[in-house]
Amino acid sequence: MTTAPTTSPGTGATVPPLLELRGVSVSFDGFLALNDLNLRLAPGELRAVIGPNGAGKTTFLDVITGKVRPTSGEVLFRGRSLVGTAEHRIARLGIGRKFQTPRVYENLSPRRNLELAVSRRCSPFDLLFGRLDATARDRVQHLLGVVGLELLAQQPAGGLSHGQKQWLEIAMLVAQDPQLLLVDEPVAGLTDEETERTADLLRQLAGEHTVLVIEHDMEFIRDLQSPVTVLHEGRVLCEGSMDQVQSDPQVIEVYLGRESEGEFK
Amino acid sequence: MAELFSTRTLGRWLPWLLIVLAALLLPVLLPPFRLNLLGRFLALGIAALGIDLIWGFTGLLSLGQGIFFALGGYALGMHLQLQALQPGQLPEFFSLYGVKALPAFWQPFHSALFTLFAIWLIPALVAGVLGYLVFRNRIKGVYFSILTQAALLVFFNFFNGQQKLINGTNGLKTDTARILGQLAGSDGMQRNLFWLTLVLVIGAFLLCRWLTGGRFGDALIAIRDDEPRLRFTGYNPTAYKTVVFAVAGALAGISGALYTVQSGIVSPQYMAVPFSIEMVIWVAVGGRGTLIGAVLGAVLINYAKSLVSEALPETWLFIQGGLFLLVVTALPDGLVGWWRSGGPGRIRAMVGWPAPAATYPELDLDPAVQAEKTEWQGGGR
Amino acid sequence: MDLFFDTLFNGMAIGSVLVLAALGLAVVFGLMGVINMAHGELMMIGAYTTFVVQNLVKNGPLEFLFPIYILVAIPIAFLVSGLVGLLLEKTVIRRLYGRPLETLLATWGVSLILQQFVRSVSTAFALGLVLAVAVGLLVPRLLPARWGRQRWAPLLDLGRWLLAALLGIGLASLLGGVRVLDQPWFSARNIDVTAPRWLRGSIDLGALNMPVARLFILALTALALLAVVWFLQKSVWGMRIRAVTQNRAMSDCLGIPTERVDALTFLVGSGLAGVAGVAVTLLGSVGPNLGGNYIVDCFMVVVLGGVGKLLGTVVAALGIGILSYVIGSGSLLLVWPAMPSALNALVSFFATTSMAKVLVFALIVLFLQFRPAGLFPQKGRMVEA
Repeated sequence: MTTAPTTSPGTGATVPPLLELRGVSVSFDGFLALNDLNLRLAPGELRAVIGPNGAGKTTFLDVITGKVRPTSGEVLFRGRSLVGTAEHRIARLGIGRKFQTPRVYENLSPRRNLELAVSRRCSPFDLLFGRLDATARDRVQHLLGVVGLELLAQQPAGGLSHGQKQWLEIAMLVAQDPQLLLVDEPVAGLTDEETERTADLLRQLAGEHTVLVIEHDMEFIRDLQSPVTVLHEGRVLCEGSMDQVQSDPQVIEVYLGRESEGEFK
Repeated sequence: MAELFSTRTLGRWLPWLLIVLAALLLPVLLPPFRLNLLGRFLALGIAALGIDLIWGFTGLLSLGQGIFFALGGYALGMHLQLQALQPGQLPEFFSLYGVKALPAFWQPFHSALFTLFAIWLIPALVAGVLGYLVFRNRIKGVYFSILTQAALLVFFNFFNGQQKLINGTNGLKTDTARILGQLAGSDGMQRNLFWLTLVLVIGAFLLCRWLTGGRFGDALIAIRDDEPRLRFTGYNPTAYKTVVFAVAGALAGISGALYTVQSGIVSPQYMAVPFSIEMVIWVAVGGRGTLIGAVLGAVLINYAKSLVSEALPETWLFIQGGLFLLVVTALPDGLVGWWRSGGPGRIRAMVGWPAPAATYPELDLDPAVQAEKTEWQGGGR
Repeated sequence: MDLFFDTLFNGMAIGSVLVLAALGLAVVFGLMGVINMAHGELMMIGAYTTFVVQNLVKNGPLEFLFPIYILVAIPIAFLVSGLVGLLLEKTVIRRLYGRPLETLLATWGVSLILQQFVRSVSTAFALGLVLAVAVGLLVPRLLPARWGRQRWAPLLDLGRWLLAALLGIGLASLLGGVRVLDQPWFSARNIDVTAPRWLRGSIDLGALNMPVARLFILALTALALLAVVWFLQKSVWGMRIRAVTQNRAMSDCLGIPTERVDALTFLVGSGLAGVAGVAVTLLGSVGPNLGGNYIVDCFMVVVLGGVGKLLGTVVAALGIGILSYVIGSGSLLLVWPAMPSALNALVSFFATTSMAKVLVFALIVLFLQFRPAGLFPQKGRMVEA
């Protein structure tokens, strides 16, 4: 299946999209969580998605990663339809996901968490009889260093602080080396300094990877300096740079008119 | 020579030495009846290891391990029934129900080789199929437990009701059969079976340690901790759960065969609902997630059960019920877990008699201490 | 046509007992998510309560009550089982909320204890138990309060319960020497409840023969069902229960006493088990093992119906009842005598009560392959996180 070339808002170049959602709707008992959603991501792009509570942000990720099957519409990744594909296969195709609350394997050490994520082959047989090659082990060691967990590498991850878990999960995502990273609220509960470092990290990742970030924190989104998509009631309200989005009358109405003003600075 | 007795090397070879000593001394020291009991309990330890794999490590509480236990027992029981016969004869019980020809599914059990495989392969296949059907639908937690219990009841009713196929509620006796020319129920054979059980328990233990020690074991723990996360990392938990459930089934089958030949009978009672839940409590008391705990728990609880049942039979259910409550509320990691997490030290501290303080060279290698140190040095600069 | 009604009636009769037995479980499991493996034993307590009530009114001044003692037993059984359930909730289950597997194991332990209790209890035993509990609870009041704050306080707790147990056992064995006190109340044997005369006969409707006891159970089931629906839908506490089921945290914030709601839910569910126990006594003799015969069936009913849906429970129970009867009685052979021999052999193979159970359970497991959430699944966004 081929898809029409798209103009990436970031670069202006014409390339086939890495991910494309066409008219995706999800209905829970008649409640439309997503309503004819259309979205395109160019390879290497860093994109932020914002929207008020209940706009369908998490459902949007669920649809891409195969957790929720769309009621109608298509999800295409590298031109291949993802609808009906099992979650672990989608992950194998190169889509990684970071959850809203940090989710690591609490009874395994950070090193072992990463070793599971870095593994290229994932069948029971491979894990029993295969060994991690030296590059993979080096990668784990490198990532432990990047997120500052070298000294805690052998302790159960359940004992890590909230911020350390967030970072470990991001490291696991990177270890997985997906083409597309879906990151759900990566800085919730982090300190300002940690937030800045996270923004740096995500900016570094973009280019080599395609990154889609869902976040409430507007300062953080501004730090990312990326194009922004605003979701509202299950559909795309508008797209553009942070400044464009912020001056869009519709967006202002959605945020200021219906929600408390605190959220949108 | 001195290194041989350092704590580290001692810890490595001492358990093996004790096992060998036990294997040689127990048959001499214990009367045949007690030795036979110990052999049976060790056999149950193999089933307990399987439960530890699926429950302790993977978080799947199966209340239906009796199915696989009994299937292993029946496989061996059928072979031994046939083995005791002259050519052309039928096992005695068939004549009671007017059966003239051996049912077809009995035929392969004439072969000892087939039986050796059937003991673990049939339970493993049944567990694999059952597990796949359940796990595929992402049925887990208590729903999995309830379904395994229902499956257990199905098998129980089936075996209990089929006199013409497998002698129904009476089960199959094995004592009069001959194994390698020796009467299965004789003291000499039972002693051999004790040794065989010991070897197989150790084998099962090592197998489980291999399974849980590496990345496969990590994946099992990851399933227990956060299955969806593992799925989004690209792993298919269904495959892992099916494999580990099949392995647990195979272990239960071996356990059932060894138990059958040491107790002289296999009957549908091995698939009774309470027995399968009892198996869980062995693991819980010993310490789930610790392999040695599973074996220890099986032996200890069953030994206690036989002692109490001899002296005060009415009180056993109270004690057992109390154990369920105790282990869930007060001792969630079991005896071994309690021991490893410094339980004895806590007791000592309670009576104001704490362990003597000492400095350990290992302390400096502790990551937390090192982290503190680096922070200190960093601050000083 | 007669066969149709016969099948329907008998199937409904089997099913209605299942509905009654599973109703309490549906409330406790469906609304609270608590797996109560002792549910069957709560039924057993209801059955034994009926037995006790019968013995009390059989002879003596209350004899005039005998014709309606079953009706008297229903509320009493509800109360007794409900209170035992309440005690269970307050002492064990409360500590285990949110840990379903642990709850399952703990309540199984409780079920073993209750079974053996019914077998062993005698006056001596009961007095010993009372002494043990009294000592266990009273000792801390007699000791200096500061002892409770020492670091060895946990050991003290252990010690006092050991002491209590020893004293209790001591008293029980001491009194056990006296024949009268040692006489077990129920013993391990099954007990029989004699139904009053009006419940014994049957009504003939042409070819159809309806035992009155079965009709009584059907009516009792319908009544219990109506009462539960009314309670959950119309009463204030029912509304609170539903609120806590849907959103515990929010209910807490709105001032709903969630702990009391839990206790009440459990009491109602356990009480319903007691009522089911009354009904079961009409079907034959009952014993300490009664619970084990029902518990797995009850769970299958709830799972098949869809957890949290009363309608599902009713449909599933009646469906299982009718299916079991159709298969178990082999009545398909009557409808279609000219069945091919292979099929005939198959039908007769399953035409016993226990083999019917095999097939029904296999069919349920098969059904759950296609509808993992049961007949009436909970809908909405409440999917796994």
